[in-house]
Amino acid sequence: MIDEIGHFALVLALCIAAVQIVVPLYGAARGDATLVAMAPPAALAQFLFIATAFLSLMHAYAVSDFSLLNVAANSSVAKPLLYKITGVWSNHEGSMLLWVFMLGLFGAAVALFGGNLPPELRARVLSVQAMIGAGFLVYILFASNPFLRLDPLPADGNGLNPILEDRGLAFHPPCLYAGYVGFSISFCFAIAALIEGRVDPAWARWVRPWTLAAWCALTTGIAMGSWWSYYTLGWGGWWYWDPVENASFMPWIIGTALLHSAIVVEKRDTLKAWTILLAILTFSLSLIGTFLVRSGVLTSVHAFASDPLRGVFILALLGTATGGALLLFAIRAPVLQGGGLFAPISREGGLLLNNLLLTTAAATVLIGTLYPLFLDVLTHQKVSVGPPFFDMTFVPVMVPLLVAMGVGPLLSWKRGDLVAAFQRLKLAFAIAAGAALVTLAAAGADSLGAACGLALAAWLLAATIVEWAERVHLFAEPLGRSLRRALRLPRASWGMTLAHAGMAVVVAGITGSSAWSVERVADVRPGEAVELAGYRVALDAVGEVRGPDYVATRADLRLLKGDRLIAAMHPEKRFFPLEKGSQTDVAIRTNLAADVYAVIGDPDGKGGYTLRLYYNPLVPWIWLGAALMALGGLVSLSDRRHRVGAPRRARREAVAQPAE
Amino acid sequence: MRRWLYLLPVAVFVLMAGVFYAGLGIDTDVLPSPLIDEAAPQFDLPPLPGSRNGLATADFKGAVSLVNVFASWCVPCRAEHAVLNALAATKKVPIYGINYKDKGEAANAWIAALGDPYTRIGADDGRVGIEWGVYGVPETFLVDRSGHIRYKHVGPLTQADIDKTILPLVARLQQ
Repeated sequence: MIDEIGHFALVLALCIAAVQIVVPLYGAARGDATLVAMAPPAALAQFLFIATAFLSLMHAYAVSDFSLLNVAANSSVAKPLLYKITGVWSNHEGSMLLWVFMLGLFGAAVALFGGNLPPELRARVLSVQAMIGAGFLVYILFASNPFLRLDPLPADGNGLNPILEDRGLAFHPPCLYAGYVGFSISFCFAIAALIEGRVDPAWARWVRPWTLAAWCALTTGIAMGSWWSYYTLGWGGWWYWDPVENASFMPWIIGTALLHSAIVVEKRDTLKAWTILLAILTFSLSLIGTFLVRSGVLTSVHAFASDPLRGVFILALLGTATGGALLLFAIRAPVLQGGGLFAPISREGGLLLNNLLLTTAAATVLIGTLYPLFLDVLTHQKVSVGPPFFDMTFVPVMVPLLVAMGVGPLLSWKRGDLVAAFQRLKLAFAIAAGAALVTLAAAGADSLGAACGLALAAWLLAATIVEWAERVHLFAEPLGRSLRRALRLPRASWGMTLAHAGMAVVVAGITGSSAWSVERVADVRPGEAVELAGYRVALDAVGEVRGPDYVATRADLRLLKGDRLIAAMHPEKRFFPLEKGSQTDVAIRTNLAADVYAVIGDPDGKGGYTLRLYYNPLVPWIWLGAALMALGGLVSLSDRRHRVGAPRRARREAVAQPAE
Repeated sequence: MRRWLYLLPVAVFVLMAGVFYAGLGIDTDVLPSPLIDEAAPQFDLPPLPGSRNGLATADFKGAVSLVNVFASWCVPCRAEHAVLNALAATKKVPIYGINYKDKGEAANAWIAALGDPYTRIGADDGRVGIEWGVYGVPETFLVDRSGHIRYKHVGPLTQADIDKTILPLVARLQQ
């Protein structure tokens, strides 16, 4: 019964979406305030019905209703409740429902919190959003319906892929989808602006909080995914340049560019067409990511069930949304008039350079991801593009970006003074050189690459702090007054400082992990110990423990430094009888500067076990830095100008308006 | 800026979407071998401990041969083994085994327990497997009278594979 309610709610949501597409758009074109006013309640109703469907499916999972094919295929009675609930989006159908749920959520948020938008703009935004929603609802109902029944119903389900039975599943996909889908709002704003034929600072200010929110969610989602793979896959890797990872990374890169170019539109009323293009591209890359992941055109470690028919459907959606948007862009963007002029060396110039470098970076990732597919289609050759390609192409683009990130914030708008900026950064330069020298002295001449990485990180961190210190007149005034200045700094400025510092921390983490990770594999018997990077890991015993739906081999390890006990560690190898799969549960001991990472392997047949141990210096910083970046985004999101003082739009100049 | 520049994004996208559409028809599970229609790699493998015959390229000369890469640690090989035994009993084609990255005693015990369909077996520490482009075990190759590889099967052979693909191909190559 509840399942039927969910199914019908989905159909009703589609009907409402259809109304939400047509009526507000028509009303906005006609200047009919009544029709325009229909958009927000329609968006709220659409969300209400999608939420009903989503909760119905969640209910079916929670009570193990195996009369639903989807539940029977992806859950089982013995699952702990958390994994029953997260099982909802562990599979294709459920994750598409999560997708439209997020879409509805963002639509409802625009309806509720978009009170400061001009009604026509809001109506157009919501109408475009309903187009995307309708497309995906049709797709769910006709090609991947999670509410299909199963008869006769089985006594127990097939269970969940053991690798997904993890807390990571509870947070990673929802955050990632919130990011993907959140960028749909920027996309809708861009389309609405193209329909209206105008982009101005007010538009940029309205679109910015939505982009920021999506960016924070995506940053968190990607970081969680990488952390999850770090502790789940059992060999300490946190990024593989796998197609599915790239699919989430590309919208992040372009979304970052969008965040920065929107600042230029807001402050200086220029780079308009470019910003619109970035908004379209960011969401298009999210759609391309969905297509690549869901259609199975690329082979990936993320083994999703793939189905060519579904691929055709998503491709049609992608073609309509992206193709249509880019065509509209080609027709309408030339009429967008740029405002302020600026010299190449200026804040605008710096942000433009940031955009060029980020776009290039995204392009290299896109090429590396799609090259195997292109080659396969054109020549039927199978190749795979791996980390060496990305290290060789992506890293060289990031280096100038990191250097410029330190300087850019010190340049003034319109015309900046590069020499003066570098002079103010003498201290940062000295710190960077110091970091490089210390690294070389401590780790030897063959860690030149690592020295460069740490120097870049130190440079960025120091330059960011110098910029902040100058803003609050640190040491130029009494400390109390500097503090008051710091408190009065705009939140957006705090956000930038935090996010740029976070980036520096991430760079240091990546450098440390790629240069100094130590791996030790040994067959160890209980009572023996292994040396690892100055630590000793003692294997005391190996026993068997039972979990709710698995049986595990569990090792009791002691991590010792000299004779001092640092920690007890308990890596497990879990076997899931229902799914007939096993999963390693690694033990990680971190002191925030380095991780000790232990994996228990198979018995060696002589009373011992294969232990794999890793010492990963600086790796925790990758996620600390990412958290700092997301925090910076949130702080910036809380900036006063997004909450109060709805910007008043300049009166439309009396220019000939293109036909709509 | 010139007008055509604004058309560039949509043009690039259309091109990309076209490739996506073409890519949908491709089965990503099929891993073709670049060795098809090439001469079989030159090798000379020692026998399993306790037996006399190893396996070398020269053994393929003059007759159509089936080359099966297997290992005692490989579970799908176990499933495949009965099919190979049945094929060996028909005497339609000699089956040569490459025992891949295995322990000699384990392989011997495995053969003793499950039966021996192989005319000859060579023990490979992994190097010859690389030359044959072995991607995962089991894999099976069909080599013609001139010593050229004509067909490659990845994964365990089923009776249907034997009846529908292998035997018709063997018959054609033997003509």
